[in-house]
Amino acid sequence: MSLEDLKEKLSKVVEPGDMVPRDYEKDGCLLEIKARAEQVEAVAKAALEADCFLESIAAVDFTNGPQIIYQFNSCTSISRVLVRVQLSRGESVVSIGSIYDAALWYEREVFELFGIRFDNHPDLRRLLLPEDADFYPLLKDYGKVHAFRSTEDIYGE
Amino acid sequence: MAAWQNLVNFLGPDLARIVVGLVGVLALVQVNALFLVWLERKVAAHIQLRIGPKEVGPFGILQTIVDGIKLVSKELITPRHVDRKLFVLAPIAVFLPVLVSFVVIPFSERLLIRDMNVGLLLIFAFSTFNVLAVLVGGWASNNKYSLLGAVRAVAQNVAYEIPLLLTVLSVVMWSNSMQMSEIVASQSKVWHVFWMPVAALLYLICALAETNRAPFDIPEAESELVAGFHTEYGGMRFALFFLAEYSNMLIVAAVATTLFFGGWKSFPGLGFLPVPGLIWFFAKTYLLIFVAIWVRWTFPRLRFDQLMNFCWKIMIPAALLHLIVYAGIIKLIH
Amino acid sequence: MANEFLEPITEQTFYLNMGPQHPSTHGVLRLFLKLDGEYIVEADPVIGYGHRGHEKMAESHLYEQFLPNTSRMDYLAGLIFNHGYVAAVEKMTGIEVPPRAEYIRVICAELNRISSHLLWFGTYVMDLGGFTPFLYSFDDRENILDILDRVSGSRLTYSYCRFGGVSRDVDDEFITATHQFIERLRSRWDDYHNLVTKNVIFIHRAKDVGVINREVALRFGCTGPILRAAGVPYDVRKAEPYSVYSELDFEIPTGTKGDALDRYLVRLQEMEQSLHIIEQALERLPDGAIKAAVPHKVRPPRGDYYFAVESARGAVGFYIVSDGTSYPYRLKARVPSYGNLQVLTEVLPGTLVADTISILGSIDIVVPEVDR
Repeated sequence: MSLEDLKEKLSKVVEPGDMVPRDYEKDGCLLEIKARAEQVEAVAKAALEADCFLESIAAVDFTNGPQIIYQFNSCTSISRVLVRVQLSRGESVVSIGSIYDAALWYEREVFELFGIRFDNHPDLRRLLLPEDADFYPLLKDYGKVHAFRSTEDIYGE
Repeated sequence: MAAWQNLVNFLGPDLARIVVGLVGVLALVQVNALFLVWLERKVAAHIQLRIGPKEVGPFGILQTIVDGIKLVSKELITPRHVDRKLFVLAPIAVFLPVLVSFVVIPFSERLLIRDMNVGLLLIFAFSTFNVLAVLVGGWASNNKYSLLGAVRAVAQNVAYEIPLLLTVLSVVMWSNSMQMSEIVASQSKVWHVFWMPVAALLYLICALAETNRAPFDIPEAESELVAGFHTEYGGMRFALFFLAEYSNMLIVAAVATTLFFGGWKSFPGLGFLPVPGLIWFFAKTYLLIFVAIWVRWTFPRLRFDQLMNFCWKIMIPAALLHLIVYAGIIKLIH
Repeated sequence: MANEFLEPITEQTFYLNMGPQHPSTHGVLRLFLKLDGEYIVEADPVIGYGHRGHEKMAESHLYEQFLPNTSRMDYLAGLIFNHGYVAAVEKMTGIEVPPRAEYIRVICAELNRISSHLLWFGTYVMDLGGFTPFLYSFDDRENILDILDRVSGSRLTYSYCRFGGVSRDVDDEFITATHQFIERLRSRWDDYHNLVTKNVIFIHRAKDVGVINREVALRFGCTGPILRAAGVPYDVRKAEPYSVYSELDFEIPTGTKGDALDRYLVRLQEMEQSLHIIEQALERLPDGAIKAAVPHKVRPPRGDYYFAVESARGAVGFYIVSDGTSYPYRLKARVPSYGNLQVLTEVLPGTLVADTISILGSIDIVVPEVDR
């Protein structure tokens, strides 16, 4: 599936304004999508239909709340797509584990490192940390922190 | 001489002979274990582009003695939840029957402790004790890994006994006797291995399986079950299992030599050499053991169900067919 | 008057723990298995025994200071991780790398790939019970380690790449040693194929064992030899060419069924392809500088960036969020063994315990890169 197919499927779910093309040579991805927490499942379904696989789920902590980045790629052509979901502290997201099995472990990792809960996740327990850990290490108010910024400082919006 | 006379008067000639023989067998088994451990390590090393033991003694010969001292000096730990009596019994039960089997092996023309007319049957009867002892050891250890190992060992040993006995039956038919010295005597012109090479091959494969050597060493597969049925054993108890395995290899190779390769008779054509029968016997036995070690370090191991399938679907039909064919041949010849 | 009967025993499963200390789970992996006799009903890999917090460390270290950490994540393919990280930052900052440095990086990365595959080969066959090929492959691997030691200073965990190039130049001795090594490894293929690939017992242990087909592999995000053995010719070096791979000529070996034997053959052929790449790179090695002039503390512009390379185990990606200072704001390493390990939860149920070893070995997991 080419990038155009993916764009077409995604345009049914998110507004065209939220789909920002990126420079592959510099940024490593072709398209960036800003989604809201409720749109995540639909976006994942669209990516599945476009024959993409889930490459990674990362999260970053900002002063205005953590942000989850879903990364989809396809093995037939370069089509790395970043889906950015800005959350507020304490907000939870629907798990896409029923769509992509790879998400199960990525979501567990994001949960234990950032404290973001995933609804409908079949088995949300800690993956890398000990089971009885009660802290979320990668949040910017834990441990040695060099900088704590807002999304505006980094992305300019 | 006077001491010998006293012993004979006290026990009676037969019993005295057996006692002396058993002492000699004990000595043989210990020296054999010493030598075999060294041989295995050296052969394995050279196959693997290494050298093996070389520090202790010339060519590392004394390495085994030093390892034995280390094992003897270790604390005998008995874990808390084991069945104490059975736990202690298992290594002993594994080792003792092997000693008894040596009573009927013809080391040379006159070096035979007791020439029983069912000598072969005695050997196979006592080799089944091994299975029982392994099961007892695995069960008594109160450990899932040990139990898995012991169960597999029992299944494997019991399964491979059948083709073993069937091939030996062919040899017995051919030489018309179960007496070990008679079997050797019937090979005075041609060794049995030239008459029935398939039987020799089947016997050797079953022998590898009976002694739990690779590629049939699932019960003690290190990488799968840590150490199988002897996971919980340490120190001298572990050494006894080891000793039993090497003694078993010696027995099995000695029986193969007697049944197929002419026992203590010289290589065909080299009868003029002034070499005593004992040397020929040991040369052939250790050659077979060398082949067993060679096979161990070359092949990976079979998965358990593949092992059992191999026995039930290939070995047993082959052995049965062999038996029927040779029964027919014997009938035709006579 | 009713009699009381015992509840009939319907479930005879028991739990077996292939614990963190086990001769076959390479690294500290714990497999929590639910067994029914010899068959696996459920498999749950438990990881985290080697979690060192590399990503948190990245946030309080300079970009230059984090470079050694990348090697420790996957210690068997340390140079490839180095390369990926360094190239990610270079792309962000717009640093141009001189061609000689690019070729040197490619040669060392491919040597590293071969050494990782050789180690996998030895340990895989050793797990199956054949102890000898392990020593042969380590003998070959020693040569690679010596070559890389001479040029980078370390045998296993390298910090050889720098922003803008590499730290030290290669000399003629390196080139002759590499040529000798290529010849020597090529002469070994016969030994390996005769001893292992054509061995009936090995084929029985690896054929039709642990089939991971295309659909399962993509669902779990597996990349690398697993995906290629399932028939998908996806290799980051061809799909998203980086460094000088677009100028070099090599093939992507693929399999058909996705069983352990296919994965084994794919990796052996990959080693041969790597030798081919190294030969071409050595031939074309240009003269010139080995490092571009780069500011003392590199300061990438604000924004987020992603860069992917092909490691011995699959696609490795570095996702870096920068706030304009010389410290990364967030660094996420996307590691291939994550998906590769997770696929066990789908592949293991229904197989025998003895096959676990074969499947685990054929997937080639390095647990520290999963744990980071």
